[in-house]
Amino acid sequence: MKNIFLFIRQYINFISFLLLQVVSVILLTTSSKTHETFFAEASNAVTGNLNSRYSTLRSYFTLRETNRLLAEENARLRNQLSGNFQAPDSSRIQAKDSTVRDTLGRFRKYSFLPARVIGNTYTLQNNYLMLERGALQGVHKGMAVTGPSGIVGVVVESTDNISKVMSLLHRNSKVSAMLKKDNTAGSIEWDGADPSYLTLKNVTKSAKVTKGDTVLTSTYSSNFPSHLMIGTVAGITADPSSNFYTLKIKTATNFFTLQFVNVIENVRYSEQTQLENSGKHP
Amino acid sequence: MSTLVKNIVRFMLFIGVQVFILNQIPPLHQFVVPYLYFLYILWLPFSLGRFPLMLIAFFFGLSFDYFTGTTGLHAAACVMIAYIRPFLLSLLIPKESTEQSYVEPSISSMGWAPYSLYAGLLTFIHHFYLVLLEWLQFGNFVYFLGKVAATTGVSLMLIFVTEMLFSRKAKFRTNK
Repeated sequence: MKNIFLFIRQYINFISFLLLQVVSVILLTTSSKTHETFFAEASNAVTGNLNSRYSTLRSYFTLRETNRLLAEENARLRNQLSGNFQAPDSSRIQAKDSTVRDTLGRFRKYSFLPARVIGNTYTLQNNYLMLERGALQGVHKGMAVTGPSGIVGVVVESTDNISKVMSLLHRNSKVSAMLKKDNTAGSIEWDGADPSYLTLKNVTKSAKVTKGDTVLTSTYSSNFPSHLMIGTVAGITADPSSNFYTLKIKTATNFFTLQFVNVIENVRYSEQTQLENSGKHP
Repeated sequence: MSTLVKNIVRFMLFIGVQVFILNQIPPLHQFVVPYLYFLYILWLPFSLGRFPLMLIAFFFGLSFDYFTGTTGLHAAACVMIAYIRPFLLSLLIPKESTEQSYVEPSISSMGWAPYSLYAGLLTFIHHFYLVLLEWLQFGNFVYFLGKVAATTGVSLMLIFVTEMLFSRKAKFRTNK
């Protein structure tokens, strides 16, 4: 008996080493199978708490990546919305018609193509609209665009399925207009101030203008059909140095709520512009 | 700072660094795991007896294990190097002079070559035993060899970087 104690005393270190190793290996083998070692719950509470705090801290560093992933997911989900799918356009069926002119000898000069507005700005100095209708659907540069209540702008660019429209609210926009009352012509521009008001320039002082007069597109325009609504006169300024009025026009179109517009194709547009330009630049 | 307090702080620091920094490094290769935490056991004072040393190593390894979810794996490896450490120290250093005048193993107390051998051997043993235990659970022999070699290399590099960054002043033993 004494020898046993002596043995243990002599090899206490080795025995304790073996004991700890055995405990470790038992812990390793049991914990990987069942997760119910006797203080696993308490220790998991501590490490879990620390780990969650740490991951909260770490999450700040991955915010950019998380944001990108969420944005991608949003885009992916939005792409599945039914509102994204446009029914095939059946409003204009391309067909070869042998009778180009009708029996009265009339021919079609303008044709209207519906288009959905997919982009619209009105807060800038140069505003554009984007339409979901492009060259493949018959939209070309120079076509006029009109909304449900008044004209909107002119197509300046068109890709296969999308086209870009220079809104009337653009510093370079210029549309030939006339007063409905006496067909006095002028030119519609925008001063960049208020999206609800346009400027009608070069109206001769001989015209009898009053507030509330209707302004329409003139017959001189190459892309706009005549007699389309532009707006009403809201203010009259007589320029003392010249023979012209400058009129403030309240737009008929509400540019803030545009949803659908019509693109107007002038069949003789290219012919007309070619002739106009050849006159200017011989 | 007393040796006890210093070692308690080190205990938490080493576990924290290993769990929250080194374990978060995205895996470079399946062989490479940057281990540094066992340096704590290498830095424990000379004066500790073999049994307390093993007990401390066991609880140190176990507390790290609870973070990684491998209960007992690192504890076993830590107990192993804690058991071997005194043999190695008695082989490597002139016992009387060093152990009486210095508190803990370091480059300045042992010298470059003995300390490197000490750290290198214990690192190798630690990883050998650790990967052996892993290997017995799953794995193939190439995995075993590659992981021991790669992990030892990375760990040694980390140890020497740590030694250079935190150069511990050679602390002389006082009579307090």
